[in-house]
Amino acid sequence: MIISVPRRTPLFNTHMALGAKMVPFGGWEMPLQYPDGILKEHEANRKGCSVFDCSHMGEFLIEGDAVACGLERIVTQPLADQPVGTCRYGMALNASGGTIDDLIVYRLAPEKWMVVVNAANIAKDAAHFRAHLASGTRFEDVSDETAKIDVQGPLSRDVMAALVPGVRDLAYYTFGIFRVLGEDVIVSRTGYTGELGYEIYYPWGRTGKLWDALCADRRVHPTGLGVRDVLRIEVCYPLYGHELSEEISPLEAGLGRFVDTGKDFMGRAELLRRDREGGRRIIHFVSASRRAPRQGHAIFSAEGVVAGDVVSGTFSPALGAGVGIGFIKKEFTGAYKNIIFGDEKMRVDAQAASRPFYKTGSLRA
Amino acid sequence: MDIVEHYLYTKEHEWINIEDGVGTVGITEYAQSALGDITFVDLPHAEAEVEQFEQLTSVESVKSASDIFSPMSGRIIDVNDKLSDDPGLINRSCCDKGWIARIEISDMDESSNLLTAAEYGSYLESLDRNGDADSDE
Repeated sequence: MIISVPRRTPLFNTHMALGAKMVPFGGWEMPLQYPDGILKEHEANRKGCSVFDCSHMGEFLIEGDAVACGLERIVTQPLADQPVGTCRYGMALNASGGTIDDLIVYRLAPEKWMVVVNAANIAKDAAHFRAHLASGTRFEDVSDETAKIDVQGPLSRDVMAALVPGVRDLAYYTFGIFRVLGEDVIVSRTGYTGELGYEIYYPWGRTGKLWDALCADRRVHPTGLGVRDVLRIEVCYPLYGHELSEEISPLEAGLGRFVDTGKDFMGRAELLRRDREGGRRIIHFVSASRRAPRQGHAIFSAEGVVAGDVVSGTFSPALGAGVGIGFIKKEFTGAYKNIIFGDEKMRVDAQAASRPFYKTGSLRA
Repeated sequence: MDIVEHYLYTKEHEWINIEDGVGTVGITEYAQSALGDITFVDLPHAEAEVEQFEQLTSVESVKSASDIFSPMSGRIIDVNDKLSDDPGLINRSCCDKGWIARIEISDMDESSNLLTAAEYGSYLESLDRNGDADSDE
């Protein structure tokens, strides 16, 4: 008999001591929110500085020439020309053109790579890489030794610079090795909130001192997964399991700019065939009221015809309205503007909107 | 936890304050804390009839929605319009300024189905001991 016990990050006791509400997520026990509540955490991220415990995510180290070792064929983004010290966001596809995972590739050296993946997909992704990298390629799953703290918000550069002076000049979607509290670690200017921010990769057993040092800065507010989801929806970032899945291709999800169809990669042929034949398309919409769409709600055309369904939805504190992301059938795409979302108990008017919902983030500051 | 002495309570964490045949209804400290920041209140319509323990309205927090049930039967004669623009008022003042609706009570005997402040307090303690199933995410 196998009993599955949720795993804990090195900061579990810290979150408990802070009074966080803990929830299961992807096999881990994670902080959903801290006692001050979701709206306060949201405000901290959009106006100040948030820290997130993202230690549950996965990290792989791969050594080899991108093309020769097979890495180039696994990922939808071009890697051979990726400059050392930069990050590229892309996907690994299955044979049907659906998404195995979305991920970020860090080029550490001409033939050294770190691939960062979603917590829920670590085992699946590791098996996929191992199966498709050339035999003899050095592949190491270092997820269990690598913790991660995300520092996000308009004040994050100042907060980080107090701890890590050299980080001030880090350009968007690049990374470096920095000395942080005595450890030489990767810090990248990346994130999932649409604000200026950083991700710090840290040795698992020593993460407590990093979290404590960050939280000692009175500009910093611990922030949980609940608000993380609100923030990423506000800037229309996909979450695996919602906007991307084994059944959903990145083109259906509107992420074509992260797919280089000019190169060969696994799933390419099916991806393009599905795109030609149509099917579903992603839609982003804003509720006419404070009422929020929820995953599982239906989407109706203005005439009340079922058009699709909602995959992500939340109240947006930034907009003061509900916002949602969903997929609609091909025949409803094109010149639509007004839609309706809801279920048996309620119907709410909404308007299709361009990404992102929240347009004034500090991401590129 | 503040439990107002002269209110009556339901096990679903609503309160009712009865004065001269009219009951003012809201949710308790326990409920507002469990819901988190409330972002939307679907105010009932004045003149609507409600039954004891039937749905009165629903409220949404950032990530979830919850039904609120009427502690007694009657006709709605007033709703708290302030909640349209300021749903957070329920979080800040759940037992006072964050009231939701006022009901002209049709059957005063129904109050025997409700809990006194002391009974509600004991009920909350039993939830703590047994571990309440989280109604949130």
